Amino acid sequence: MARTLKLRIWRGNDKDGGLQDVTVEANHGEVVLDIIHRVQATQMGDLAVRWNCKAGKCGSCSMEINGKPRLACMTQVSSYPEDEVITITPLRAFPVIKDLVTDVSFNYKKAMEIPAYAHPADVAPGEARMQQVDVERSQEFRKCIECFLCQDTCHVIRDHEENKKSFAGPRFFIRIAELDMHPLDTLRNRKQSAQEEHGLGMCNITKCCTEVCPEHIRITDNAIIPMKERVVDVKYDPLRWLGSVIRKRDGIL
Amino acid sequence: MTQNLERHSYDIVVIGAGGAGLRAAVEAREAGLSVAIVCKSLFGKAHTVMAEGGAAASMGNVNDNDNWMVHFRDTMRGGKFLNHYRMAELHAKEAPDRIWELETWGALFDRTKEGKISQRNFGGHEYPRLAHVGDRTGLELIRTMQQRIVALQQQDKRDHGDAEKNLKVFAEVTITEILRENGKIAGAYGYRRENGEEILFEAPAVVIATGGVGKTFKITSNSWEGTGDGHALALKAGANLVDMEFLQFHPTGMVWPLSVKGILVTESVRGEGGILTNSLGERFMFKYIPDVFKDKYADNEAEADRWYIDQDNNRRPPELLPRDEVARAINTEVKAGRGTEHGGVFLDVSKRLSAEIIKKRLPSMWHQFYELAGVDITKEAMEVGPTCHYVMGGVEVDPDSAAAIGVEGLFAAGEVAGGMHGSNRLGGNSLTDLLVFGRRAGMGAAEYVKSHGANPVSDATIEKAAAKIAAPFTRTGGENAYSLHQELQEVTHNLVGIIRTGAELTEAIEKIAELRERSGNISVTGDRLFNPGFHLAFDLDNMLLVAESTAKSALLREESRGGHTRDDFPGMNSTWRQVNHIASFDGTQVSIKAQPLPELPKELFDLFDVHELEKYMTAQEISKGGTK
Repeated sequence: MARTLKLRIWRGNDKDGGLQDVTVEANHGEVVLDIIHRVQATQMGDLAVRWNCKAGKCGSCSMEINGKPRLACMTQVSSYPEDEVITITPLRAFPVIKDLVTDVSFNYKKAMEIPAYAHPADVAPGEARMQQVDVERSQEFRKCIECFLCQDTCHVIRDHEENKKSFAGPRFFIRIAELDMHPLDTLRNRKQSAQEEHGLGMCNITKCCTEVCPEHIRITDNAIIPMKERVVDVKYDPLRWLGSVIRKRDGIL
Repeated sequence: MTQNLERHSYDIVVIGAGGAGLRAAVEAREAGLSVAIVCKSLFGKAHTVMAEGGAAASMGNVNDNDNWMVHFRDTMRGGKFLNHYRMAELHAKEAPDRIWELETWGALFDRTKEGKISQRNFGGHEYPRLAHVGDRTGLELIRTMQQRIVALQQQDKRDHGDAEKNLKVFAEVTITEILRENGKIAGAYGYRRENGEEILFEAPAVVIATGGVGKTFKITSNSWEGTGDGHALALKAGANLVDMEFLQFHPTGMVWPLSVKGILVTESVRGEGGILTNSLGERFMFKYIPDVFKDKYADNEAEADRWYIDQDNNRRPPELLPRDEVARAINTEVKAGRGTEHGGVFLDVSKRLSAEIIKKRLPSMWHQFYELAGVDITKEAMEVGPTCHYVMGGVEVDPDSAAAIGVEGLFAAGEVAGGMHGSNRLGGNSLTDLLVFGRRAGMGAAEYVKSHGANPVSDATIEKAAAKIAAPFTRTGGENAYSLHQELQEVTHNLVGIIRTGAELTEAIEKIAELRERSGNISVTGDRLFNPGFHLAFDLDNMLLVAESTAKSALLREESRGGHTRDDFPGMNSTWRQVNHIASFDGTQVSIKAQPLPELPKELFDLFDVHELEKYMTAQEISKGGTK
């Protein structure tokens, strides 16, 4: 065992709870999720934590470590100084179920509100032809592992429960951007609906979402800002507005 | 108990929300039936997201010599001809359609210059065949089908005002029992992981799509969910498991640091030109080309290197041999003292590709090594070693309908089903297996439900299922599920691993039986609210049944083939090729019987050069030339 680690883990449920101090051994190269598992196996058999792949690919073990939204499986213990107490708390933007597990159903409701991909009727299976450079824009957003750290950190909803109704959040802005930039999608007006129905306008581009994204997706620069700019263009430039009405897809603008 | 119970009624319950489960659900829903999808994790987190390399389908986009027959031959060779021929045939024929279909649902695969779906090389595949998205192909599959399901729900919302009318996902629910009435499937019983509350699904058909068993082993690429639930549920419901001795140890898992030991290093690293060397700097794979593959693999570095430029006139590098061969070779090198400091070998792609191309083609590998091991794979070699990756064995099914043999109303698809991959799976065949047989299971279950009516669950059955869930809470001071799990992993790792012997397997069977007895006395601390100790108690029961099936099948098979290597029977034996091992469960223990492997029909037999078949088949089979 390489070092003895002091942790403060939030334990409780939807009614009450608080931080509990734990001392546990940590090996060289271990991540925070390893430590939580050791606590579970040796000291707190019923400590609740969500996890799955333990390789940064599924986005299940989202939590806040020293106040920062992170994946526990991708957070090296060695990134904290020897004497630092590591504080582990559940995601703040979502209601707690138990300990480090929160109710993230908000995100699945929002997913349901985004209109699905619409394949062109005249492109049969196997007939699609797209250039790599054209699919890459959407592929960046399809890297999303749905860890919801961007949703958790976004101050529009983090401390403003009342905004949740009208705000889809960064994860779903990149979903809309992905569909909007999809070379084959036929649904029109995705950007306008992002603005009018999904709360794009409430984002004031502080880039907190981009900072926490474990996949390093440039959420703000590549999805949110381009959509905001084009919405403004179309709304206030009469020629572009006319173009958007008569052309097949507004995405070509 | 039965009064306040959460009850649901559906036409079909799909257990598992990975690639196979989601594809089955889409198919059944499109056939007009109501479907519940039940999964242990959140929706979209299934282990399929971990699949990196790609999905094998003979679309012929990169090399137009490819077609289903070549793919079929490769699959049979990879499985050392123990595959169920009909599954391998259906898979090879239908895989391209399943990939193209994903594009109509919004999937975005990497492209060729002509704008078609790009295809990459992989171990055991004669031509570039794997449709891929960088090295996150599994995520693309899951997300596409997840979004397809949302699209169907949106349609139901428009048509009926209720998005979940015909298709509903029950996330974070564990199924503890598949229920039968009058010998036929009647539903499934389990509990919500969130609060431990019990839940009943009444349905005349159940599709099992629960994936693999990796967590039965100590070093595995599988996530916590891979606890063999479907294998055990099927056994307990009266179905059979076929060829459970065959486990794939993926040759390249991470070996360092300890906390990430077992995490997968995609085969694409070798497909893109990565080479394997030992601590002496030898490119050792040239020493391990088996006779059956000598005409297809280069025996010298110069030819192997030329292959990357000219595939028509050179043989493939031996790093791209099927996974079982590479895993055994690495194991041998390490045992002979030519391993790395941390007990692996070196895998290096930095000398062949530029940093820019590595980051583009293998982005998550770069990320994984950089963040978890502090290794920059554009500059240095990776340290890798075998990790338990995939179970070829699984529920015995009818290939066309995915119906489980022996239980009416039960279906199985994906990793949990057996037969498709024989004794060893080729990389890339899993993702298309999920799609091809997931769809067929959905179709099979839909047809079954249409021709059979509902089959209500009786109160007596419910009470029995409920009693099992309550049991661990009624005991105090009993066994700890975490410790028993660790003990089981030690037994399987040491005695049922890559290299096996009769004596060790016998010892394993005894130890597993002892653990099984002790597991009957597990007690749980805390309450039912999201309690992982409680969850593990049920997962462990499944893993014990899987381990017993594997150890017992492995003891009986006195030969070495694919994912089953016996030190005491090192050769492949053509009479053993004619045998499937069928595991069944009588409520107390697993027993194994030998059953003849279905014979190749003449039209498939004739796809092979007879001299190749002579390496696998008996003289009698060769002279017969397949069934007419």
